[in-house]
This record gives sequence, structure tokens and C-alpha cells, in this order.
Amino acid sequence: MNIDDTAANDMNMRPTTVKALGVGVATGAYGLSFGAISIASGLDVWQTQALSLLMFTGASQFALVGVLGAGGGIVAAVATAVLLGARNSLYALSLAPRLRLHGFAKFAGAQLTIDESTAMALSHPDDPQRARHAFWATGLSVFVLWNIGTLAGALGASLIDDPGTLGLDAAIPAGFIALLWPRLNSRSMWALALVSASLAIALVPFLQPGLPVLAAALVAVAADRIVARKSRSSSQGGTS
Amino acid sequence: MIWAAVLIGAAGTYSEKLLGYLLPASLLDNTTVRRITGYLPICLLSALVAVQTFSTGTTLVIDARVAGVAAAVIALMLRAPFLVVVLVAAIVTALLRASGLSE
Repeated sequence: MNIDDTAANDMNMRPTTVKALGVGVATGAYGLSFGAISIASGLDVWQTQALSLLMFTGASQFALVGVLGAGGGIVAAVATAVLLGARNSLYALSLAPRLRLHGFAKFAGAQLTIDESTAMALSHPDDPQRARHAFWATGLSVFVLWNIGTLAGALGASLIDDPGTLGLDAAIPAGFIALLWPRLNSRSMWALALVSASLAIALVPFLQPGLPVLAAALVAVAADRIVARKSRSSSQGGTS
Repeated sequence: MIWAAVLIGAAGTYSEKLLGYLLPASLLDNTTVRRITGYLPICLLSALVAVQTFSTGTTLVIDARVAGVAAAVIALMLRAPFLVVVLVAAIVTALLRASGLSE
């Protein structure tokens, strides 16, 4: 490839790079609130930063600090975070044939496999080169800005004595509902959410903190069984 | 204890990501796997919202957080960005507490 080709290629990829930076900046703002919420939940700045560097998947991070902050144990906190992260396995499965990562790139790429980088990469199904560029550009820009945001939020919040007076305890469920909101795109998803929320609330007085949320994972399994039975009976109805 | 949760949790979520690059792609054809992983975030996030809005420890409570979260929902309906949603919830809750109207 000569210099002209490289320049043309850079020009060609520029819109994707700009978009990736935009996604990174928006996620940096999430990072700011994660940092603050994590401190309000009782983690220190180092623990908060370790989560953004090592866990690096927003919903799981919010869940881990949320469950710990509410007095849940390690097991409940880790289990909730890991269950929420299960979708990243599916993302990696769909990305693997498109990215074709080998060696170190596979281990680095794995860490960058999150909602944003996957969505950006999969939005170029017919252009593998652009898909790869979108994945790395988005993954890296989100990683850097999410971590900077986390640090700023954590340092800011550690200056505050009582998070309750600033309403940071309400910021935690508000953060969860903002993550949930775009997924409530049909009536059945609303039903799923309402059943899960009601079950968790009903269990609060009877279980240790953290476990009611974990119990809501069973609703996902039950819903799968119901949908499977429905589609089986409707396909039988269709053929007979 | 918090460090254990941070490190074990991070190891778990990283393994999930890596696993997807090591497993055969045919797993994506399994509708049960796809459905449950699609449902899980909705079930867990809505349970987290409910529990963190209406309880403290093992007690159900209604306090200023409820108003804060309601304000967050209104912000979401108005398509506010994430940071604004979170700030609105915190500000409404803090104002209610400062005014002495609610705990």
C-alpha cells in the first residue's frame, strides 16, 4: 500500500472514527455517574477504577456496586454482574467471524466487546474492513473516556460526606432505569420488566439483600419456557 | 471483601467476553440461549430499579427516592441523555430532603 492509498483509506474511515469518538464522549458521561455512584455505594476510588479497567461493561459494574451498596454479599453481587454480562458472550460470538482476531488481538478485543463496539461493528455488515475499524475505534474510545469519566466522578464524589443529602442514592435506580429504557421496546418486554420488578419487591422482606434481584433472573428462564411452548403449539396448529 | 467482589466479578465478565471468541458460532442458532440472554438484562435491571427505589436493606420503604426516580422516568420520556436523567433524579431527591418534605 503506498502513501496515497493510506491517505485515501484514512479519509474513507474518518466518518467512522468521528462517530466512534462521539460514542466515547457520550459514554464518558455515563462513566462520570458510575464513578460517583460507586463511591456513594461504599467503594473507594481504586476499587471503582479497577472495575472500569478490568470489568469494563457498564450494566454489570452498576449492578455490582448497587448490590454491594444495598448490603448484598459478594456472591449476590458477582452473580448479578455476571448474569448481566452474559450478553457479551453473544456479542463475541457474532463478532468472531467478522473480526477474525488472533493472538494478543483476541485477548484485547475480548475486553472491548461491549454494547457500543458491537453495535458499531455490526452496522457495517457488507464492509468487513470498516466493521473492524468501527469495532476498534469505538472500543478504544469508549474504554479511554469511560475510565477518565469514572475517575473524575469518583474523585468528585469522594469529596462529599453524605451521598444521601445530594440524592445520589436515587441516582442509582435512575441509572438502572436509563439502561433499561431502550430495551422496553414492546409490550412483552414491559410485561417481563413488571413481573421481574414485582417478584423482586415481594421477596425483599424475606431474603438477604441482593438475592431478590438474582431471583428475577428466573423470570427470564420462565419467560423462555412460555415463549417456547407458545411457538411450538402455534407451529403445530399451523401444520395440522 | 469489596476487592474480592471486584476481582472475581471482573474475571467472570472477562471470561464471558473471551468465551464468545472461543466457542463455535453455531451456538447462536440455539433460540433458548439467544432468548434467555436477551431477557436477562431486562429482568435484572427492572428488579434493580424496583429494589433500589423501594427498599433499604430488607425493609420496603417509600421516601424521596421515589420522586427522584419518577422524575428520571419523565426525563427519559423527554429523551434526555443518561447524565441528565441521573442528575434530575439526584436533584429532585436532594431538594425534597432539603425542604423537609420527605426523608
